[in-house]
Amino acid sequence: MKRLLLFLPLVFAVAIGVFLFAGIGKDPTKLESALIGKPVPRFELQDLHAPERMLDNSVFEGQVSLLNVWGEWCPACWDEHGYLMHLAQYEGVRIVGLNYKDQRETAFSFLRKLGDPYETVIYDPRGSLGFDLGVYGAPETYVIDAEGIVRYRHVGVVNERVWREILLPVVNQAKGNS
Amino acid sequence: MYPELGQLALILALLLAVLLSVVPLTGALTGRDGLQAFARPLASGMFVFTALAFAVLTHAFMVDDFSVTYVANNSNSMLPWYFKFSAVWGGHEGSLLLWILMLTGWTLAVAIFSRKLPATMVSQVLSVMGMICVGFFLFIIVTSNPFDRLLPNVPADGQDLNPLLQDIGLIMHPPMLYMGYVGFSVAFAFAIAALINGRLDAAWARWSRPWTTIAWSFLTIGIALGSWWAYYELGWGGWWFWDPVENASLLPWLSGTALMHSLAVTEKRGVFKSWTVLLAIVSFALSLLGTFLVRSGVLTSVHAFASDPERGSFLLMLLGITVIGSLMLYAFRAPVVHVRSRYGSMSREIFLLLNNVLLVSATLLVAIGTLYPLILDYLDAGKLSIGEPFFNTTFSPLAVAAGLLLGVGVFSRWKKTDVGFLARKLLWPLAVSLVASAAIMISYGGFAPWAFLGVFAAVWVAVATFWDLWDKSSSRQGRWYGLKRLSRSYWGMVLGHLGVAMVMAGATVVSNYGVERDVRMVPGDSAMVGDYEVVFVGIGERRGPNFTAQYGSFNVFLDGKLVADLHPEKRNYPVGMSVMTEADIDAGLFRDVFVAIGEQISGDAWAIRLQYKPLVRWLWLGSLVMAIGGFLAIADKRYRIRARAEDRSVAAGSAPAGKPVEA
Amino acid sequence: MRFSPLLLVIWLLALPVQAEVPEFYDFSTRAEEQRYRDLIAELRCPKCQNQNIADSNAPISKDMRDEVYRMMQAGASNDEIVGALVARFGEFVQYKPPVDRRTILLWAFPAIAVIGGFLIVAGVVMRSGRRETQEPVLSPEEKARVEQLLADKDRSS
Repeated sequence: MKRLLLFLPLVFAVAIGVFLFAGIGKDPTKLESALIGKPVPRFELQDLHAPERMLDNSVFEGQVSLLNVWGEWCPACWDEHGYLMHLAQYEGVRIVGLNYKDQRETAFSFLRKLGDPYETVIYDPRGSLGFDLGVYGAPETYVIDAEGIVRYRHVGVVNERVWREILLPVVNQAKGNS
Repeated sequence: MYPELGQLALILALLLAVLLSVVPLTGALTGRDGLQAFARPLASGMFVFTALAFAVLTHAFMVDDFSVTYVANNSNSMLPWYFKFSAVWGGHEGSLLLWILMLTGWTLAVAIFSRKLPATMVSQVLSVMGMICVGFFLFIIVTSNPFDRLLPNVPADGQDLNPLLQDIGLIMHPPMLYMGYVGFSVAFAFAIAALINGRLDAAWARWSRPWTTIAWSFLTIGIALGSWWAYYELGWGGWWFWDPVENASLLPWLSGTALMHSLAVTEKRGVFKSWTVLLAIVSFALSLLGTFLVRSGVLTSVHAFASDPERGSFLLMLLGITVIGSLMLYAFRAPVVHVRSRYGSMSREIFLLLNNVLLVSATLLVAIGTLYPLILDYLDAGKLSIGEPFFNTTFSPLAVAAGLLLGVGVFSRWKKTDVGFLARKLLWPLAVSLVASAAIMISYGGFAPWAFLGVFAAVWVAVATFWDLWDKSSSRQGRWYGLKRLSRSYWGMVLGHLGVAMVMAGATVVSNYGVERDVRMVPGDSAMVGDYEVVFVGIGERRGPNFTAQYGSFNVFLDGKLVADLHPEKRNYPVGMSVMTEADIDAGLFRDVFVAIGEQISGDAWAIRLQYKPLVRWLWLGSLVMAIGGFLAIADKRYRIRARAEDRSVAAGSAPAGKPVEA
Repeated sequence: MRFSPLLLVIWLLALPVQAEVPEFYDFSTRAEEQRYRDLIAELRCPKCQNQNIADSNAPISKDMRDEVYRMMQAGASNDEIVGALVARFGEFVQYKPPVDRRTILLWAFPAIAVIGGFLIVAGVVMRSGRRETQEPVLSPEEKARVEQLLADKDRSS
């Protein structure tokens, strides 16, 4: 019996080893959104291109969309933009932009330089919708379903791999339900 | 060509380490003295080549050889020479080189200072240390080579050392810490050797003790330096954050303290052997765990080195082989024989065992709290954060309990203590402690339950320690004679426990009675913090060797008298593109007044952080006292073998006759 | 993308790593100021390398501090403030883990460990005591021999 007790530390150590091993390579800074399964927070913000037009939650109703949080100041957003153009033009993905903590002029110059994949762009210079969504760093991309419910949030750039392996399955599932 | 010499030296050292792991051990197990004789030369050679590699890297830093990747990443031509020196261990690869330099250094030390031990024991211990060295040499050479080159595009200048690390604290903190971490490998090696050869007895405990105590003392200093450095360098007056990397250094310290005490029991009474061996293995395992956590990226921390999955996997494998191998050896070979020793319920052995219970509970608490987010994430149960609020609430009661136990245990006797005797002995110290604690609390500004517990525990430890010192130093030939007669080992214990009391007092008082304020000030304004009045005189500019700074002037008054003239700064380091807040502190034995410059609110209005920190220095002074206690204990006569008769009896495993007073 | 240590180190160096004094807020009482300070020490910056929002420079930390201040001025309780931030950013931003099914063992751990340990020690003491009473009866010669052997062993411990 006593001999068996001596094996306890070994068992403990192996268990910890398993947890540690599983943790290697995982990015501890990628957080899951707290809003999964919940509706997009209520907002009323200007359209980037048409300041007199106010956008609200209805912009998400009726179809599944990607909500892409971006800013001209964010270097990684420059990197992913090309792929977003591809998604909009060739894959027919509906992307709504959230221009986060930016100025109108700089946002325009960004879109002029790199193209505009967005069906609409919400102008959020103070980052209030971003804050309510739990955005903590750009770029972030959300999958919103036809009822305006948040299905998934991806932190970081969207590229071919991320689209095929992570976002597309969620989008298809969201489409399947509606 | 030159840096490659360093790489070559490491490879040669690795080869010697492999030989060291195999040859003496074989000799010890097969009884061939010739093979065992290789142990010392191999250990020396291993150290020499490692030191050579370290010297080559240092040279590369001093001459600004930016063709070496590691130098380019961590240095800059404008860096002052002393920081170029400390930059050698400022990054992952270099700090590993420092680690292994210490490991080979300790191995050599064991080889040199163990002439009085049986040769077979020494051979086995050195072989085990050799094995550990092999693991680390492989790790460095394969995944973390500091001598990688940036040819042919040698950069014109380096990236500069992180400004946070350009500080005296950096120069001293990692080496002290590593001396501690690596030092526990010696206790580990002794434990493994004892499990291999089956001679797990009081003699083994006697030999392990000094090595454990030195390592513990260095670790204490290392942790205290880290806390002190964070306090004045980071600009916000905190001294412990329960960050995973900080916890990683606390874990071996807690289990090492338990180990030290358990070794005392095993040496004196021959009991708790299996438990002590386990602690020796666990303490080193925790050192390795700490190394892993800091470099693998598994847990986020401000202190972490570059996080690399490849390195993380290698380290985990190293950690796994070492820990699982040693624990398997333990499970199969640790003794389960019931020892025929009797001890009463109030005996010193039992008090030390209870001490171990508290220390090990604390160790497990910190370990589980640190790893829990990882475990929950693995089980897909969410991403939780476990930080200061949790640890402060759960750790403090354990610390207080340990303090209370200490005070009582000091009066206990080996084998059996009469309960009545103990109770009578405690009455006066208890009364004195209560009065003193109340007085302290009133002088600092009032009663708070947690503050009282902490202060009382600290005072209780101090009073009990002094009381026992008084008892033990009474002599017919006078008090002075009585004091001189006490062994260094006993004085070591006294200082160790006093140090603990100081740390507890410091932690309690600064946490409960410290004041922190963020105030908007323009030149001419004054603000109160605690009993001190701080007047903002003005802000200017100045240049440093590799930075420019906004330079503030503040006068501090107490009761109208000028106490200090403080100059906090905000430094701009152009190369690394970072801004650093340098606080200025009026340091005192019993309080610090702390001023830091924050944001410029408008025009000449600034946000100024003021702090009053009572007894904060006691945290580090207490740690220093603890460490001095440790060093003193090792200098005890019993470890300096004199008479040959003692040699022989030590080797046979018996205790020398009659020591007047011992811990 | 393979992790390049060089890039990572450059990135780490470029971050202002030190702690800044937060922007300035007005409080009506010292108690309020202390409450604010305690709250921001308890909340974690979602982006940073393990810093609370009091010490972090990140823009999101500033936003969170603004929100804490705003909610305090609006009269919200500590639980409400923390809850609002958790609702947006997830439980990751709370440094104090909630007490629920997952964490009950964690919170109870110190008590469990200490009580368990004390019980084990009590067991050790009792077994040691029992050993005394369970000694077999020996003849006088055997007793003398046992005493002798025991004395030798004690001297050699």
